[in-house]
Parts: sequence; C-alpha cells; structure tokens
Amino acid sequence: MKCSEFLTELTSYLDGALDETTKVELESHLSWCHNCYVVCDTTKKTIEIYRDSNLYELPEDLRDKLRNAIVQRCSERDKPSP
Amino acid sequence: MGTIQPNISEPVSEELLLVQAAKRGDVAAYEQLVRRYDRNVFRIANHITKNREDAEDVVQDAFLKAYENLAKFQEQSKFYTWLVRIAVNEALMKLRKRRPERTVSLDEDIKTEDDSVPREVADWSPNPEQMYSQSELREILTKTVQGLPAGFRTVFVLRDMEGLSTEETAEALDLSIPAVKSRLLRARLQLRERLSRYFQKRASGDGEK
Repeated sequence: MKCSEFLTELTSYLDGALDETTKVELESHLSWCHNCYVVCDTTKKTIEIYRDSNLYELPEDLRDKLRNAIVQRCSERDKPSP
Repeated sequence: MGTIQPNISEPVSEELLLVQAAKRGDVAAYEQLVRRYDRNVFRIANHITKNREDAEDVVQDAFLKAYENLAKFQEQSKFYTWLVRIAVNEALMKLRKRRPERTVSLDEDIKTEDDSVPREVADWSPNPEQMYSQSELREILTKTVQGLPAGFRTVFVLRDMEGLSTEETAEALDLSIPAVKSRLLRARLQLRERLSRYFQKRASGDGEK
C-alpha cells in the first residue's frame, strides 16, 4: 500500500469499516511508515478531542426557556395535519 | 490502533410510541422528544450559523416545523435523522438571511489549497489538554472547525460530533454516501492539519495561539 492509498482508506479505517484484507495491508503500512502512523494517530486524536469538547452546550436555563416556548407554540396549533 | 465508533444508539421503539402519540396531538409526548434532542439541535445549529441567537431561533423553528409536519414523517427512518434534516435546513435559511450577498449551500464546492496531503507530521506531545486551559482549548477548537467550508463542517459535526452514521448523514443532508465519505475525510484531514499547527507552535515555545 502506498501513502496515497492509505489516505484514501483512513476514514473507513478509523470508522472500523474496512474489510479484513485492506485493514491488514493498512496496518502493515503503518508499522513501517512513520509519517502515515502520525497522521493516523493525530487524526484519531482530532476526532476524539472534538467529540469530548462540549462545544456549544445548551445551558439548563436557556434550555427550559426554549422548551417552554416550543411547547407553547405547539399547543396553540391544531394537531399535526396529514 | 483502535477505531472510532459513533456514540448514539437510541431505543427506537419507545421513541416511535412518542412520535405516534405526538402525531395524535399529544404535546406532552412531543415535549419528551424535544428533551431528547434539543441539545443536539442547538449544537448543530450553532456550528452552521456560528451565532448563538440564530441557533436559539433554529431550535424553536425546527421543533415547531417538525411538529407541524409530523404526519409526513415516514416511520421507517429515525425521527432524529428526520429532525436533523429539518434543523440543517432551518440553519441554512438563517445563514442566507444574514448574508444575502452570498449564496449559502452545502453543495458549494469548495476550492481550497490541496488539503489532502498532510504537511504537519509531528505527533502531539504533550497532550493538548495539558498544554492549554479548558477555555483556550475550546476557543481553538471552535475557531478551527468554524474555518472549514460549511459543506465539510456540517458533515464532520453530524458524523463525528453528533454520532450519526454515514447513511444517516447522507439522508439528513441529501448527499450521496460517497460524497459524505469524501467530505468527512477532507474535513478530518483539514482539522488535523490546523490543530497540529496550533499544537506544534505551543510545543515549540512559539507562544502564539
């Protein structure tokens, strides 16, 4: 596997969506290609750091306010029409 | 090296009962659905509009629109995927209103520098969580993801932050599965590249944020 082929498969690899043969080839490439190993590792860290980042959490008081407004507006309407 | 799996798995049948009750006009059942997904819709709307007040409006408008159109919801797909589709459209409409001079579309394709070739290949060490305060790190992450084109950003947010599958993301954004995969790869690589630059600067004692 070449470095460019590794990049093409990177997303599927991180998502656990590769077939076994391609996965073995990719991991064999990672075992000797340091640059690709670092790209793979730091891409995985990028996803994890965003997943754990709690960006844009909805504060509870605002959450209550929005939910009350939604319920109020829904109640003023007839039930969903077909 | 381990893989990364989406983190949402909702009990669908219980949810379907709530949807069916809401379809009959049971607002209390609908409120349960709002409670279940309001945080997700708020985050997605914030990522697209980059504006908190707009995101608040999107939460209200998306849930109201979903309620009004519940009868059209086909129960073979997930309520959440259908709701995300409505929320993404509402958020894009907000963006268009705010920036009428620019057409905003998730299909805008997206001429950037050749972003598929990694340039920064130094590992992150020490760990970014130890290098920055919580608020500094959040600022960097926000700025970095906001720098992506909307079409990449939205795919990354739905797939990697909100845990939709590739298929659900394709359905919610009305994209093909290969388009979702290709945008996700480019989004991940661009974010990796930009974060690496930040973390390298700090690690090398440059001090610039």
